[in-house]
Amino acid sequence: MSTPFSVLQQSLPYLLQGVWVTLVVVLGSLSLGLLVGLPLAVGQVYGPRPLKRIIGLYVWFFRGIPLLVLLFLFYFGLFPFLHLDFSAFTVAIIVLGSISSAYQSQILRGAILSIPEGQMKAARAIGMSDAQAIVHIILPQALRLAIPGWSNEYSVLLKDSAVTYALGVAELMARAHHVASRTYQHLVLYLCAGFIFMILTFLGTRALNALHRKVKLKGYS
Amino acid sequence: MTTATDSAPVLTVEGIRKSFGNKEILGGVDLSIRRGEIKVLIGPSGAGKSTLLQSINFLVMPDAGRICLEGRPVDPSDRKGLCLYRQQVGMIFQEFNLFDHLTALGNVEIGLVRVKKMKRSQARERAMAELERVGLGVHAHKYPAELSGGQKQRVSIARALALDPKVMLLDEPTSALDPELIGEVHAVIRDLGAAGMTMIMATHQIGFARALADEIIFMENGVVIEQGPPDKILDDADCERTREFCTKITELGGR
Repeated sequence: MSTPFSVLQQSLPYLLQGVWVTLVVVLGSLSLGLLVGLPLAVGQVYGPRPLKRIIGLYVWFFRGIPLLVLLFLFYFGLFPFLHLDFSAFTVAIIVLGSISSAYQSQILRGAILSIPEGQMKAARAIGMSDAQAIVHIILPQALRLAIPGWSNEYSVLLKDSAVTYALGVAELMARAHHVASRTYQHLVLYLCAGFIFMILTFLGTRALNALHRKVKLKGYS
Repeated sequence: MTTATDSAPVLTVEGIRKSFGNKEILGGVDLSIRRGEIKVLIGPSGAGKSTLLQSINFLVMPDAGRICLEGRPVDPSDRKGLCLYRQQVGMIFQEFNLFDHLTALGNVEIGLVRVKKMKRSQARERAMAELERVGLGVHAHKYPAELSGGQKQRVSIARALALDPKVMLLDEPTSALDPELIGEVHAVIRDLGAAGMTMIMATHQIGFARALADEIIFMENGVVIEQGPPDKILDDADCERTREFCTKITELGGR
């Protein structure tokens, strides 16, 4: 009969492979979220009114529906309906990335709005177009301000990624569940999974804090 | 060179009006300035001096009126043309508005690199020369948060100068400064004037205005009340309200 310890010992490599899957899902959706969220934020601050409204609807949609509902909606509903044969893994990144883009757009929008109006005026006054001013003056400052908010977004995504196990993505939670139901060592396996998630949260937040310190402007406390 | 071009106005402002909501800030202002001339706007807070200067640069969009640079009217709906026009009109803000994420050098350089599309090495050289001109060569690599108010304002002057403006607009350049730091900014502006820069400046520093201005323009409630040579406006104005304002402000600030 297997002891909790021996089960853990035997299944650890298998679980750690799941950590990679988890990290790829999280980093993939975080990047997708930034790639989509950044233009959304710029559009919502500087765009024409109809665009602002469309972005508002997008944000409302992805922030208003539970993650599990969105995962099932896209994986079992929307993509098959569109004859798109995406793997569970791909759908997980698309859905988490879309949700994150909605949240990130609001983090970035707040950061952009907190840049004093004089920065835009000064940029225009030296002959920059609005697009140049946004790219060279506003965003470099806004992105710095957004890092603490992002670090929160990372830890939220990390934990949300466990839900994708419902689609059969072989991430950390799915693997822990798989071993637990085979060996009946639920306590030790879920503790272990939880512990690994805690470590990943800690490391990621530390890394983002280090980044924040590195890009912080001189002379600011 | 010739007196004909020298006497033609560099910048003319005709009938500029601006309202915010139903509050009229500018009620039709005319202004014209020749090359090398220095005009100083005075008047109580809320007179519209700042709105006028920002309207000249279209940082505030005027509701009506016309602005011509060297005889050519500026069309603010033509975005390219507007950017080109703004390069030729240097703007100095009361609050400096330096780009906080760039060093002093970066602030002066960015217009040359991004707007004038100059090579970076060339831009760096030019930017450094402008910083040295305002006496800040040694602080080139400091960020705005590491500079004093007076230094920040001098960087912002260097930033504007780097683009070779035909006119400079200065919106109360020393109002946000500690009294101790006003002198160094005044010295830079005085040097600019001596070098022949065309300038329109709003200020409450009446002694400085008297020493520098070719003409003083007294504004109140969005219109020009009176304009003329400094001694005339400050000591012997025709209009009762101008006299009252100038008496009060000279009592405070000295002659």
